[in-house]
Amino acid sequence: MLRIEGLTAEVDGKPILKGIDLEVPAGEVHAIMGPNGSGKSTLSYVLAGREGYEVTGGSATLNGVDLLGMEPEERAAAGVFLAFQYPVELPGVGNANFLRTALNAIRRGKGESELDAMQFLKLARARLKELQMSEDMLKRGVNVGFSGGEKKRNEVLQMALLRPSLAILDETDSGLDIDALKIVADGVNALRAPDFSALVITHYQRLLDYIVPDKVHVLMQGRIVQTGGPELAKQLEASGYASVQAAA
Amino acid sequence: MNTVVHSGAEGFLHRFEGLRARLPGQRLAWVQALREAAAEQFRVAGFPTRRVEAWKYTDLRPVSDAAFDEALTILGDGDTLPAPRGERRAVFVDGRFREELSQIEGASFAIGSLAEELPRLEGRLGALARPAEESLVALNTMLFEDGLLVTVPTGVAGGVLELCSLASRSERPSAFHPRHLIRLESGASLTIVEEASGPEDTRYLHNPVFEIELAEGAVLTHARIQREGVKGFQLGTVYARIEAGATYDNFTLNAGARLVRNEIHAVLAGPKSACHMNGAQLLRAGQHADTTTVLDHAAPDCASRQTYKTVLQGKSRGVFQGKIHVHQVAQRTDGYQMNQALLLSPDAEIDSKPQLEIYADDVKCSHGATVGALDADQLFYLRARGIPEAKARSILVEAFLQEAIEGVTDETARAALESAVAGWWEKEAA
Repeated sequence: MLRIEGLTAEVDGKPILKGIDLEVPAGEVHAIMGPNGSGKSTLSYVLAGREGYEVTGGSATLNGVDLLGMEPEERAAAGVFLAFQYPVELPGVGNANFLRTALNAIRRGKGESELDAMQFLKLARARLKELQMSEDMLKRGVNVGFSGGEKKRNEVLQMALLRPSLAILDETDSGLDIDALKIVADGVNALRAPDFSALVITHYQRLLDYIVPDKVHVLMQGRIVQTGGPELAKQLEASGYASVQAAA
Repeated sequence: MNTVVHSGAEGFLHRFEGLRARLPGQRLAWVQALREAAAEQFRVAGFPTRRVEAWKYTDLRPVSDAAFDEALTILGDGDTLPAPRGERRAVFVDGRFREELSQIEGASFAIGSLAEELPRLEGRLGALARPAEESLVALNTMLFEDGLLVTVPTGVAGGVLELCSLASRSERPSAFHPRHLIRLESGASLTIVEEASGPEDTRYLHNPVFEIELAEGAVLTHARIQREGVKGFQLGTVYARIEAGATYDNFTLNAGARLVRNEIHAVLAGPKSACHMNGAQLLRAGQHADTTTVLDHAAPDCASRQTYKTVLQGKSRGVFQGKIHVHQVAQRTDGYQMNQALLLSPDAEIDSKPQLEIYADDVKCSHGATVGALDADQLFYLRARGIPEAKARSILVEAFLQEAIEGVTDETARAALESAVAGWWEKEAA
């Protein structure tokens, strides 16, 4: 389970997270919703360990392990996966090679044996099929020349291969048409298991029609101001964030 | 009479005086005339200083201040040849052909020692080299002892030929100046994989000159792997003349030496000919690598492509100077030049000087240069997927180099270059 207590963080000396308290029990999917600038992406970067996001207080643990003191690669090995809002293009790096290097790094971190090229290909093909993705994706440079939808599907493919215990989906729905959205949602739903939890960060309710969360949290001005069930998302869609702000 | 003698030149001129009676071709009047003229040119010009425009960024004082002896070849246990990559190889130790280490039998074309064939090379040796313009070429002309001689006959596919240049271990600094002559007749093809190496504890100067003639429709792939010892100097000059419909595909990897100059003069002399000059420079602290290209588009409908990538660590310095000269006759020229540097250290320096001179009016010519550090977003993306930082950095550096290497279409050549780059990284990680 992910446990965040009193988390504060700043970027360029400016406080963004002002005391986050949040628990995502194993097996659950939670959504974080909020207006632009509320700190949603900052929270995901802080949990993944990006440079430039300075934690000034509080704690974040995954299954009892302190995340905040670790390097990004150590967090990944500990089970954290960040699906990027804007997946990065890596020209000159083949997607297959990248996926295998990442998978083997994580397996090594977990004390599992590494996969050779054939074993990896077999696994990757199976996951591609589940995600209705072309094998052609493996041959191309990482995200190079991918459409917005392909980039997001590539994120889900990585997630399906790396099998994290905590997935953070940072506005994965942005720029997706409805078909791609369903495929991405199916990919996340397929991972649902008692030892998997997810934090779905989104501005809109739309994605939550397909990935139905156990809980919805509203993040505003660096704090969680309201928590509820899936119906809260629908309510926000109807009345907007201003109503929450007025109530808070 | 001009009495100016420049620093560093005296030793070599003195050496020439002592050796002239023993250098190959001493009985051939034309060879003697070449050497004497070159000696005079070198005496007047000396080693180029930074006051010379073409040497603005490369200081040769570490070379000109050193005293070099003639190489006394003693191969020790530590001197190893690279593993064979093809059926045929020509091995040179300290610039001299070593038949017992070479494998040249059974070739469908002539491979041999320049020194042995010298009597038959009048008019060919020196046809392209310009000792009056390049004083290091004058030095080579004055003192060359041997070199590779290759002639591929009309229509013959020559396959892969390795050219191995090895410097032997010695206590005193030594210098050698091989002259390599390569000629491909009409429609002939050849891939040369060249590897220059030397011991890490010996100071030496390797000053090779290539004269490459490609007749109509000939195709030469020339992959050069420079991994000279860390105390070595390589000052190399390549001249290539490319006739109608012929292609010269040069890739130079600079991954060794304390100081290297890779200078290429290519002339697209016939219509519809092509020249690819690509390369990568991998530099550690204390190293200096200079790639200087001069490309003449002297005929219509020719294409040229240049992509050079430099990776710099520590206090190292890289130089790229690329001049493209499009003559008035060279209509419908298609030229491209790109030069990119990746600075991995705040102490590293790259100097880049592209130059276009265009005298034709129907021309497509572009050039560009970029300098940057590793991309923080890319690095974080890799690390967020569990890839440790050092590995993530190496992935990004290899990707940076990939664009230049993937342009090499010959598989043997590309594999050799890729493994040399990987070898450099392994050493880096160690």
